[in-house]
Amino acid sequence: MRHVITLLVENEFGVLARIASLFSGRGFNIECLSVAQTLDPTVSTMTIVTHGDDQIIEQVLKQLNKLIPVIKVVDLIDKDFVEREMVLVKVSATEKTREEILRIADIFRGKVIDVGSKTYTIEATGDEKKIDALLALLKPLGIKELVRTGRVAISRGSKAMTELS
Amino acid sequence: MKKTGSQIIVECLKKEGVETLFNYPGGAILPLFDELVSTPFRQILVRHEQAAVHAADGYARASGKVGVVVVTSGPGATNTVTGIATAYMDSIPIVILTGQIPTHLIGNDAFQEADIVGITRPCTKHNYLVKEIKDLSRIMKEAFYIARTGRPGPVLIDLPKDILVDSAEYKYPEKVTIRGYRPTLEGHPGQIQRATHLILKSKRPLFYVGGGIISSNASKELFHLAEKLGIPVTMTLMGLGGFPGDHPLSLGMLGMHGTYCANMGVMESDLLIAVGARFDDRVTGKLESFAPQAKVIHIDIDPTSISKNVKVDLPIVGDCKHILSKISSLLEKEETLSFKEGVHKWHRQIENWKAIYDMNYQQEQIIKPQYVIEKIDELTGGEAILTTEVGQNQMWAAQYYKYRRPRTFLTSGGLGTMGYGFPAALGAQVAFPNRLVIGISGDGSFQMNSQELATAVQYRLPIKVAILNNGYLGMVRQWQEFFYGKRYASSSLEGVSPDFVKLAEAYGAVGLRATKPEEVVPVLKKAFSIPEPVVIDFVIDPEENVYPMVPAGEPLNQMRLV
Repeated sequence: MRHVITLLVENEFGVLARIASLFSGRGFNIECLSVAQTLDPTVSTMTIVTHGDDQIIEQVLKQLNKLIPVIKVVDLIDKDFVEREMVLVKVSATEKTREEILRIADIFRGKVIDVGSKTYTIEATGDEKKIDALLALLKPLGIKELVRTGRVAISRGSKAMTELS
Repeated sequence: MKKTGSQIIVECLKKEGVETLFNYPGGAILPLFDELVSTPFRQILVRHEQAAVHAADGYARASGKVGVVVVTSGPGATNTVTGIATAYMDSIPIVILTGQIPTHLIGNDAFQEADIVGITRPCTKHNYLVKEIKDLSRIMKEAFYIARTGRPGPVLIDLPKDILVDSAEYKYPEKVTIRGYRPTLEGHPGQIQRATHLILKSKRPLFYVGGGIISSNASKELFHLAEKLGIPVTMTLMGLGGFPGDHPLSLGMLGMHGTYCANMGVMESDLLIAVGARFDDRVTGKLESFAPQAKVIHIDIDPTSISKNVKVDLPIVGDCKHILSKISSLLEKEETLSFKEGVHKWHRQIENWKAIYDMNYQQEQIIKPQYVIEKIDELTGGEAILTTEVGQNQMWAAQYYKYRRPRTFLTSGGLGTMGYGFPAALGAQVAFPNRLVIGISGDGSFQMNSQELATAVQYRLPIKVAILNNGYLGMVRQWQEFFYGKRYASSSLEGVSPDFVKLAEAYGAVGLRATKPEEVVPVLKKAFSIPEPVVIDFVIDPEENVYPMVPAGEPLNQMRLV
């Protein structure tokens, strides 16, 4: 089963390597990972999407907690939460397809952030399904390149992560 | 007050109460060695950095204190890796200080540069690269704190040369605050209460205890509780000594080479109380048929150990010592007495198993290794500190010596490191200069760190090495006999090992040899009377096997007994 795990970690060098090597060393998988500083410059937040049965996820959470620079670990799958990712996609644009691309981008509330004589680059955000749907529509038109950020996630409601159990 | 990095390290080591360092110098760490010259620390110069870590590990296991290692960068640092991994797998507190090339050169592939923080990340409890001298004293303090608290383990600090030389204001941090590290010591009171009920309801309870009993110094509490309730105790390799091996409630070791009664006990028990143990594959055999009738209580300070391999009915995270004494305090006198009567039937069952098959061997014309260990037990009354290498020598030492006290059996359980025992014995002897320290060894394993004879002689460490010399990598040969059609690929050392007596003499140690059973006791007595390092070459039956044996992946009641 898919799990979205969010972490607070010390903002110091080597933390990402520790987490990555924990996953690779123990045969856990990472579907995607994103990391950035929080309001407190000594703390970073990390979102990891992973798969595994209950026993594996229990181990993942415990092993993450065991790392010294990891301050807090929350499995959002147990909570109500929102997740988003952003995609930048460079699509081939011919005279025939230009209009179509713009229409699709519009439907998905995407933005054109770069225009070339033969391409459009579109920015879109959403959950995984929405991004997948957008890409599925653009693919037949010719995707030259795409980059996705990986998921970021936050719990719904008034509690901050530090207050979640 | 301003101090150099090297001076700050020395001050911090003093504050931590460090007395002994296991050392090997080199270019990048020279500023620290220069400072160490004028300190009161006892410094043991080993002959290979791996041995420095094993020695510090043996020192830590025997004494309960943190072992400290100082080595240089590059190869000095990489040579420590096996030692660190050994300590990590067995949760042994050591701090390793490695030299590093100056900060401005890091990443340049400079001479003797190795990314030792990257290399040891998966085999340390934590590690540090000191990038700024202002962090140095805090890191030193944290390293010792992390190494010895919670589930103990090795911590490495990488020290660039410029950090050792530069000066900074020194102020010792009195307190440690690490927001991501707060080990749980006291178990959950509700869980402890429930565990007590489960114990009192059981008819065939069994303590299954591991190294956690020893690292938390909980032997007394275990002894008290086991005796109070009449609950038998089986120990893992790491747990030996945690409960007296000569006590009627002791079933000895369980697992692959465990005793018949311990393994049968696990199969028939209705309540397994696991304390500071981690359900290692060498203990459980086939997981699905491990303790099939038992509810499982698991007490461990490390939450990741719980429900990792075996689903646990009642987990308690916390320090064994605290939790066991808490359970004891919850027991009322009457229920204790009636419980104790109830387990009589279980005791009889165990006695039956002991009668069916107990550890045994036939002493013939040639020396049997089990005989050597038994005689060492008799002559020392179980009061010596034994270390082992890995393989058959390790298993015989585990089976035929009855460890009466904790911290008297030092062995590489998790990683299974050949070459561990001899340097670990040096470390134990440094910690206890007046105790008898015996390194049980094999002709293969001994050669993995035999260079440390020079260290033993230099510091006049009177350890006794008992080589059980069968001319084979014995455990490899045993597996090849059982599972590979007796094709002894690369496992024979017959006729190609050095003369161990002459080898010892070449280093200035004493070498002795026994080739006949009747020579065993006199040679041991002689060795024990010599206040110098002694190597004894016991020429033993080349094809003796370790029994019982549960083949890997089989249920525990599938034991080969002969």
